[in-house]
Amino acid sequence: MKNQNLYNYILGIADNSLILGQRLGELCGHGPNLETDIALTNISLDLLGQTRSYYQYAASVAGDDRTEDDIAFLRLERAYKNVLLVEQPNDHFGFIMGRQFLFDMYHAMLMEALQNSPDETLAAIAKKGIKEVSYHLRFSSDWVKRLGDGTQESHEKMQEAIDGLWKFTDELFHTTEADLAMIEAEVGVDVRTFRDSYYKKVGEVLTEATLIIPESKYFQKGGKEGIHSEHMGYLLSDLQYMQRTYPNMKW
Amino acid sequence: MIELEPNIDTALLPILEQVADPEIPVLSVLDLGVIREAWQEGNTVHIKLTPTYSGCPAMDVISDDLKIAFQKENKEVVVTLVLSPAWSTDWISEAGKRKMEVYGIAAPLEADADKEALLNNKKLVKCTNCGSKNTRLVSQFGSTACKALFKCQDCQEPFDYFKCLK
Repeated sequence: MKNQNLYNYILGIADNSLILGQRLGELCGHGPNLETDIALTNISLDLLGQTRSYYQYAASVAGDDRTEDDIAFLRLERAYKNVLLVEQPNDHFGFIMGRQFLFDMYHAMLMEALQNSPDETLAAIAKKGIKEVSYHLRFSSDWVKRLGDGTQESHEKMQEAIDGLWKFTDELFHTTEADLAMIEAEVGVDVRTFRDSYYKKVGEVLTEATLIIPESKYFQKGGKEGIHSEHMGYLLSDLQYMQRTYPNMKW
Repeated sequence: MIELEPNIDTALLPILEQVADPEIPVLSVLDLGVIREAWQEGNTVHIKLTPTYSGCPAMDVISDDLKIAFQKENKEVVVTLVLSPAWSTDWISEAGKRKMEVYGIAAPLEADADKEALLNNKKLVKCTNCGSKNTRLVSQFGSTACKALFKCQDCQEPFDYFKCLK
């Protein structure tokens, strides 16, 4: 492939949306109430829609006969480049909102920067995505505040969720070889530049939610390099089931 | 503010007008502003379509409906999906907004008002049933990604509000 770095860079962004979209999709029919259920699947749909745009672009960059479906459904676990945060399995609603919030804040900042990329396709996807992601961020921030500043039980659960998820936040700012090459080419976004601003903005919401900002300096990473947590295989077996069982099936 | 006027061959308008949005069937694809360009080359009609939201499942249906509509005229259709410039609720026509209200979906407010309404800070969204502004946000996400769910506190009617997207 002529532009392996660009291809990998696109997947590095897109895979986060695919995997979080899949996690949220698992909640269809299982939300705590009807309105929230619909909200979660709507967010999932936005993410999967963005994923399609990225994968279509990646397929054209690859320039062979692979399609967006091949990229989504037929890779092995190690070839997925999503962060560990988004693959963490669904737990209670506070946990789901905590995971969402920690990702949305990053996602919004990434889209904000990516829309200035000289790569026209990436910029167009980001310009479209930013509008959707700002709704996601508003929704998840709102819930973190409501649950954090809610009852004693909701506060405890929200705090426990944030404490548990905190170790996955640093990986958002890890740069892979493809990231570095694309930053060098001035096509990609250097996520390290908004790391401090991310933690500041996250901290503001947590403080408003009466939650304690975790101080732990122990962080876990690996997903962006394809080394995933034990949950990923189960997720993929669900995600890939139809294509693996009925190869080349189409809607 | 319309950033970009759609560039549509006027000869194609009568047929395009007949193609409705599958989710909001009172709106044509022209009312919705999702057709950005349409022109003819011989017997082939080229259409550039832009999605409202990235994951909008209506896009595939609209593409198929466009093909069927032009097939009746023995014309081939080539639909291209374009992402840029990104669709905005400003592109919904005034007539479209009125039709939407009659259908029971409150039309999008301006960006600042929209934010206040969606945070439930101010009562700005008008009930499509009784016209009262004494309404309350039930959920920021409604039956589709482009809508939020509201409820009127006077007539008790629940209704969708088309969120502002700019």
